Amino acid sequence: MRKAAAALFLREWRIARRIGGGAAVGLVFFLILVTLIPFAIGPDLALLAKIGPAILWIAALLATLLGVDRLFQSDEDDGSLDLLIHGRLPLELVVLVKCAAHWTAGALPLVIASPLFGLMLALDARALALTAASLAVGTPALTLIGAIGAALTVSLRRGGLLLAVVALPLTIPVLIFGVAAASAASGGAAPFAPPFLALCALTLLALAGAPFAAAAALRLARS
Amino acid sequence: MRLRADRLALDRGGRRLFSELSFELSSGQALVVRGENGAGKTSLLRAIAGLAPLAAGALELSGGGDDAPLGEQAHYLGHADALKSALTARENLQFWAAMLAAARPRAGGRRAAGVSAALDRVGLGHVADFPIHALSAGQKRRVALARLLAADRPLWLLDEPSTALDLAAQGRLHELLREHLAAGGLIVAATHAPLDLPDARELRLGAAAAA
Repeated sequence: MRKAAAALFLREWRIARRIGGGAAVGLVFFLILVTLIPFAIGPDLALLAKIGPAILWIAALLATLLGVDRLFQSDEDDGSLDLLIHGRLPLELVVLVKCAAHWTAGALPLVIASPLFGLMLALDARALALTAASLAVGTPALTLIGAIGAALTVSLRRGGLLLAVVALPLTIPVLIFGVAAASAASGGAAPFAPPFLALCALTLLALAGAPFAAAAALRLARS
Repeated sequence: MRLRADRLALDRGGRRLFSELSFELSSGQALVVRGENGAGKTSLLRAIAGLAPLAAGALELSGGGDDAPLGEQAHYLGHADALKSALTARENLQFWAAMLAAARPRAGGRRAAGVSAALDRVGLGHVADFPIHALSAGQKRRVALARLLAADRPLWLLDEPSTALDLAAQGRLHELLREHLAAGGLIVAATHAPLDLPDARELRLGAAAAA
């Protein structure tokens, strides 16, 4: 079973690396979102620094959900999903491994690059570090929630927009605590730890629940 | 090993495709499903594979010494080849071999062929390291057939297995099918093309559904 999981992770990783729309495009999308905001707001450094963490979080949210609609759709299109359902790996684990690969290829580069982009939003060093930490902890929950949406819309042609409609409301708690944790560092009076721990809890909750929800949705699509 | 279908009925899109369909198949036997377009051949195969619900009836695979669900003892070769176009033929097969391998080797079953051996068997050893998108439709089909060899599963469910295959490849396909039967496997194939199999039984869907 471990061998099957490793093989699935390797396959997803290779596909993400070889097909455009993996890490590089997500990163560029993230960069573009972050650079657009200062142009829209104007050169007010104090304001930028204040809303900087929120901007980074919104950009990470959109960039994470960008590729997630292909998570199961491509396997549905080429018939792989039919075989994955009866593979050695329970479907719940298939979902989990695919999410792990998707996060490693797509979201992890964003987390690593976020301090760099934070500089453009006039964040100070502490805020950069804490924002990156909150993104590292929070983005797995975003990927897992996106996976539920992707599984629900798998049998629909062009379900991308519907996926956003389904998944975005579910990401609100993650966004609230993520931004709260990130802005605690940039001049906020609130402490960092409580929202950060709540964010950890949300990710653990998504880790425990989302694979079952997504697998159930995939099975439902067969019947 | 024995596959028993008892009074199956299938619906698709609110339409009853067939009902009261019963057949039995034991080790070393093949069942060729025939019928017009839309008679329900693909639906029957998908139902056996556990990919579509039965409206009525029961399916049972017994005597394999393996209590895994039917779907996990079956290879399903559908219209789609289940290959990732960005990966090479070898990478695709390595993945499916790991993913589809049986938890325990089947008693009396053949050992699964290695990935390279499986590709050689379908005559594609020379393109093993080409990405799938560089292969022709027939070559993709042959890679999909190599998947049946790379992981050992007793029941093969084949939907139009000879699509896009040239004459030589069709000959090779028949050879693989005969070997699988000789090793005690079971085959259910839906096809319009003639299949060169010894004492294959025929099931005609549509007019009168009886085996």
